[in-house]
Parts: sequence; structure tokens; C-alpha cells
Amino acid sequence: MCTFARNLEQGIFKLFIMTLNTLRAVLFLVFSVAITNFGFAAQDNEDQDKGFNATEMIMHHVKDAHEFHIVDWDNKPISIPLPIILFTDNGLTTFMSSEFHHDDSGSTIVEKNGERFVKYHEKIYQLEPGVNTLTFDEELHPNNAATPLDFSITKNVFMMWVSVILLFIIFISAARKYSKSNNNIPRGVASYVEPLVVFIRDEVAIPMIGENKYKRYMPFLLTVFFFIWINNIFGLIPILNGANVSGNIAFTLSLALFTFFIVMFNGNKNYWKHIFWMPGVPVPMKLFLMPIEIIGMFVKPFSLTIRLFANITAGHIIILSLMSLIFTFQSVAIAPVSVGFSLFILIIEIVVVAIQAYIFTVLSALYIGMATAEDHH
Amino acid sequence: MDLITPGLGLVFWSLITFFILLVVLKKFAWKPILGAVDERESGIKNALEAADKARKEMENLKADNERILNEARAEREAMLKDARDIKNKMVSDAKEEAQLQATKMIAQAQEAIENEKRVAMAELKNHVATLSIEIAEKVVRQELGSKDKQLELVESMLGDARLN
Repeated sequence: MCTFARNLEQGIFKLFIMTLNTLRAVLFLVFSVAITNFGFAAQDNEDQDKGFNATEMIMHHVKDAHEFHIVDWDNKPISIPLPIILFTDNGLTTFMSSEFHHDDSGSTIVEKNGERFVKYHEKIYQLEPGVNTLTFDEELHPNNAATPLDFSITKNVFMMWVSVILLFIIFISAARKYSKSNNNIPRGVASYVEPLVVFIRDEVAIPMIGENKYKRYMPFLLTVFFFIWINNIFGLIPILNGANVSGNIAFTLSLALFTFFIVMFNGNKNYWKHIFWMPGVPVPMKLFLMPIEIIGMFVKPFSLTIRLFANITAGHIIILSLMSLIFTFQSVAIAPVSVGFSLFILIIEIVVVAIQAYIFTVLSALYIGMATAEDHH
Repeated sequence: MDLITPGLGLVFWSLITFFILLVVLKKFAWKPILGAVDERESGIKNALEAADKARKEMENLKADNERILNEARAEREAMLKDARDIKNKMVSDAKEEAQLQATKMIAQAQEAIENEKRVAMAELKNHVATLSIEIAEKVVRQELGSKDKQLELVESMLGDARLN
């Protein structure tokens, strides 16, 4: 009876997520089509009246940047300059992003140690000697510039570190509360943290990995859950909205790589046997399954990467698209509709950001559980 | 489109950041929190088990007490019954004894009274005889004080005798 109720609960929960995702997918499609059309329309008109370009604005907000742009005030951008760290053929070069003077069109040249850099669409190019304007071939590769390795502390790195500091403050102070109380009673922030920690343990780690082995992976699962969640939440705060950390594919890829390597290093004999020589099936089938299983090994982290990236970025694009409607139509009358819809989507996003963090954690736990499961044939 | 191509720099920083976050939180947050939660949960579990055990012991104790009480009650009952029986027996014995004694005493008394009566009667008879003789003597002496009277008497007696 208890398991039935639990299954039912999980079923309802899954249905709820599916409905939410479907709803978001439909809205996303509608608005991306609408905005692309408006965007292109705006782009066509750009030469005439330099109108608002929704696509450009949205992409600018969704993608990473070399400076933390907060607001345009009186046609002058207000932003936090961030350090730029480049590896060129001559070695390390660093300077502040403010040296570009907010230029993103490749016209401001920064000269350091005899090397000349321009920033074009948030990419930094090293101009060849004697060249003053960047040109591109048909495949958008620069003709007359090199692309140095860019290890800059970008907007996303900056926000990621802010989130890390916040996580340290929250969880280390929560842990302190326990050592202060003499009988392990959670107080203050610990009473908020504990249910979540216990939730990850009881609803994610133990069911997916098993009672005997889950302890080893708890730190990873907890860290990944809270790291994704807090960055998702940061993405929803309007003033930080530009920092789309968990909606950046590099970030999601990095976390998925952790899951991938944990699975690789902790996979037991049984797991590898199932990949390379599937037990219990005839030899031709074994040969047939082997490449599929090997592809599956890489598809799992890839799906983790894409799922989180796409879900979070989609949420950002919907909200920004709704806001863009006001400027595309150049009418205040549309504002109530935009704001209303944005509010609606934001409320859904509050749920979605938690669910996406949860799903990433559950799937990571599931993959780890599959890799460490004992032979039960 | 560089929206879907991961930038090397961000991958690098993400990996390093996450690794540091993982290591630091593992040491300073997850270990103490999970440890405390585990400790508390096992504490609660132990306490519940102890309470359960105590409850069972309590039940056993209660059952024991009940049994002992019942036994004591039965014993008291039996003792009281015994005592009552003994009392009754003693009373009835005493009564019988008293009855017997009384009957005996009454019989003795009657016998003594009879004896006394007989002795008294004999004595009375003796007294009466003596008294009669004395009276007769005195009467005779009185009667026979003179010669005439003696003669008269002899006469009467002789008359009587003749009559016979």
C-alpha cells in the first residue's frame, strides 16, 4: 500500500513535469518563431531606422560576455569590468575588459605587449600585424586574425563564483549550527537545508544507487544539485538575468563530465561486462549491442548537458521574448500582456529551475547506480 | 552558432570551480550535516527501540504484579477462611466443654445437696427422738409427781390393757 501510494505520487509528479515541459515547449516554439520573424524584420529595417533587434538582445543576454553589463543609462552602458586572460602564441596576456570601452564590433583595438586584440560578438581576436579591421570568410572564420585561448573571467565565471561564495556561506553556516547544538537539532539555516539534504538522500541517492553504496556519492549529488539550483535561481533574478550560467552549454558540459568520469572510475566489472559483452544473449547479439552500449556511455552525459542547457536557456528566451514584444511593437499598450505572461512564465520557471536541478541529480545518481549495481542474474 | 558550442574558458573554470566547491563542501558542509542527521536518526531509532523494550518490560512487570496480587488475594482469602473455621471450631468446642462441665457440676451439686439433706434428716430425727424422750420424761415426771396420779396412770394403763 505504501509503495503504491509512493508510485502514484511519483507518477503524478512526472506527469506534472511533463505537462510543464510541454507547456514551455509550446510557448518556446511560438515565441521563438514570432521573435525570429520580428527579429529578422527588425534586422531588415535596421539600416533604415536602427530599430530594436530582439534576436540580438536575447542572444546577448543568453550568451556569455566579457563584462558584466547591468544597464544602459543615458545611452551609456553601465557595467562591471572583468579580467580578460588570453593565451596567445607568446604566452599569457591579461587586461581588463574595460579597455575595450564596451565595444563589441571589433573597432576598438587593445594593444598589449605588441599584440593587438579586438572583441567582436563577445569573441576576442588577435589581429595580424598591420591589420586594423577584422574580416571574415563565408564560414565566419576570421581571415586576418588569430583566436587566442580565452580563459577570461567572464560574466558567467564571475556569477558562478558569486554562487559558490553563497553556497559556502549557506552550507558551512548550516553545518556550524549542528556542531553548536549539543544534540544535533537543526536550527536557523540548518532547518531549511536539512530537509533538502535529506530529500536528496532519501529520494535520489538511496533509491537510485542503493542503501549500501550511496554514501560515497552523496557529496557529489548534493553539490551538483545545489550548484545547479542556485545558478538557475540566479538566472531568474532580473538584474543578474544576463548571467545565464546554468543555461550555458560549457557549464552543463562540465557538470556532465563529472558525472561521466565518476561513472567511468566507479563502474564495476558487471557494468563493463554489460557494455562490452552483454551477458545472457547470443554472440551475434553481443556484437551488435557492444557499439550501441559504447555510444550509450557518451550519450548519457551528452543528454545531461543538453537537457539542462536547453531547459534553462529556453526559459530565458521565453521571458526575454515576451519583454521584447514591447519594444518590437514600440507600444506601451502591449506591456501589460508582456508583463503578465512574463510573470506567468517566471512562476513556472521557479518550479522548473528546481526540477531541472533535481532531474540532473536524479539522472546522475541513476547512471552511477547503473554503473555500481551488483550482478543480479 | 556559439550558443551551442561550449567555450573552452568557461569549461575550464567550471571544472575547477565545481571541483573546489565539491571538495570544500564535502569537508565543511556535507560531512558534518550528514553525520549529524545520521547520528540523530540512529539516536531516534535507538530511543524508539529502547522505549519499545521498556514498554514490553513494563507489560511483563504489570502482568507479574497482577499475578502476584491475585496470588496474594487468594492466599488472604484462604487464610481468612481458615481462621474463620478455627474460630468456629474453637467456639463450638468451648461451648461443648462448658456444657459438659456445667452438667457435671450440677450433678455433683445435686448429689451433695442430697447427702446434706440425708444427714440433716438423720440429725433432725435424732434431735426429735431425744427431744421427745426428754419431753416424755418431763411429762412423766410431772404426771407422776403425786401418788394419786401414779395410781391413776396405772389404772388407765391397766384399763387399756384390759381392754386389749
